[in-house]
Amino acid sequence: MKNLKLIAYLDLKESLRAKWFLVYSLVFGGLIALFFIAGVTESQVMGFSGLSRLLLMYIQITIVILPIFILVTTVRSISGDRDNHILEYMLSFPISLRQYYWGKIIGRFITVYLPVLLAMVIAIIYGAIKGADIPWSIFFLYTGLLFSLSFAFLGIAFFISSFVKSSEVALGIAFFIWIFLLAFIDIALISLMMQNRFSTELIITISMLNPMEIFRIAAISLFDPELTVMGPVAFYILDTMSQAMFVLLSVVYPTTLGLIFAYFGFRIFKKKDLV
Amino acid sequence: MIKVNNLTKKFGSSLSLDNINCEFIKNDYIALMGANGAGKTTLIRSILGYYHPDNGEVLINGLNPINERVKVLNDISFVPQLPPPIKLSINELISYVETSSNVDKELIFHFANEMKLDVNTNLHKSFFKLSGGMKQKLLISISLAKKSNIIIYDEPTANLDPKARDDFYRLLKQNEDDKVLLFVTHRLEEVKELVNRQIYMDLGKITSDERVNV
Repeated sequence: MKNLKLIAYLDLKESLRAKWFLVYSLVFGGLIALFFIAGVTESQVMGFSGLSRLLLMYIQITIVILPIFILVTTVRSISGDRDNHILEYMLSFPISLRQYYWGKIIGRFITVYLPVLLAMVIAIIYGAIKGADIPWSIFFLYTGLLFSLSFAFLGIAFFISSFVKSSEVALGIAFFIWIFLLAFIDIALISLMMQNRFSTELIITISMLNPMEIFRIAAISLFDPELTVMGPVAFYILDTMSQAMFVLLSVVYPTTLGLIFAYFGFRIFKKKDLV
Repeated sequence: MIKVNNLTKKFGSSLSLDNINCEFIKNDYIALMGANGAGKTTLIRSILGYYHPDNGEVLINGLNPINERVKVLNDISFVPQLPPPIKLSINELISYVETSSNVDKELIFHFANEMKLDVNTNLHKSFFKLSGGMKQKLLISISLAKKSNIIIYDEPTANLDPKARDDFYRLLKQNEDDKVLLFVTHRLEEVKELVNRQIYMDLGKITSDERVNV
């Protein structure tokens, strides 16, 4: 246990000093600052206003940039250490592979999750100072959604990192996955539907398997419980389960997906040559 | 202490270790030599449990270094040829060693001092920002402070100046009793005084294994 904590702590410290972390934090913190400067809280679009409107915009942008940030910064964690012989030295000490791998995941998770969460917290505090109503239900939902989305992509990134020999290839795969999942939020789904080659159920199932799509639908579900802005997917979801059930699924499913990927990553890490 | 039985390791179609058999016992001070690509590093990495062999096995005190890596690595110190670009500060690296291997921090400072490395003024510096020689001195200090029964050095003096090399060999001489000391080297003359066994490898095989008088 002490070694697990040690690895997590050292990875966290190393990440906090890295330039990518500075950029990462500035992007999410900057987004919130930009929204306040742009007066988003004073605007009213589709009935959303104040902090709710700001959080909704924040989460919509986060869907696109959070996964790629996590993938790019994390996918090289093990493959990069392998590339530059850090792994060869660090693993010459009596640390089990389980402690090393999961310690890295814990450290990296804190690094990627904290800035996005803190940006929201800053928004809430600033909004409260300005006298705006605090949308607590939305805040807590988004906290959960960001947690699950971060974990899903962290798991995928560690999975890639465990079997790829070079960090360049790892980066390439990470970009491909991001583009692929992003495409299956809208563009690819619409084109599949238009071709009429596949059943609607299949297309909706594909979209529901995509953690980014789940995140997106759940993010809007508190504003629009009927999911009218989501089109046919909404009918399917609301026919299949209650809104509360769907919100629960949107947190549990990506987290489980991340865990599964992380677990298989660990299995590969353990079974393959380490360096 | 180290037993290598019929060890074969392939990378794709390339055979890196070809049915290697050897044994290293207490008080064996070995110079492991051979041309580039002879299989020296692969052998060392197999001893450290980094590679899954295609055939055969490595046993360290009767334990498999892959399945029992924590127990096995408790007893091994390793210094690579080139110090890796570890981003941790020296203080963090020492904490890592201290916590994972129960190494006395003061002992690392002691050996660093013997190697003429001032750790205290560099404690908060990133390891990778140190000069090549300083990095190597710190890794050597850690390896000695770990008090392992098996010490593996892969060309450890590559970045050291002549004075630092002398310090290193002096410290090694003082701390080598009852251990297995395995040097990967291209310069036998440097370690000739220290070793009592010379092994040559070529194309993944041990081509000669001689005991010599120190």
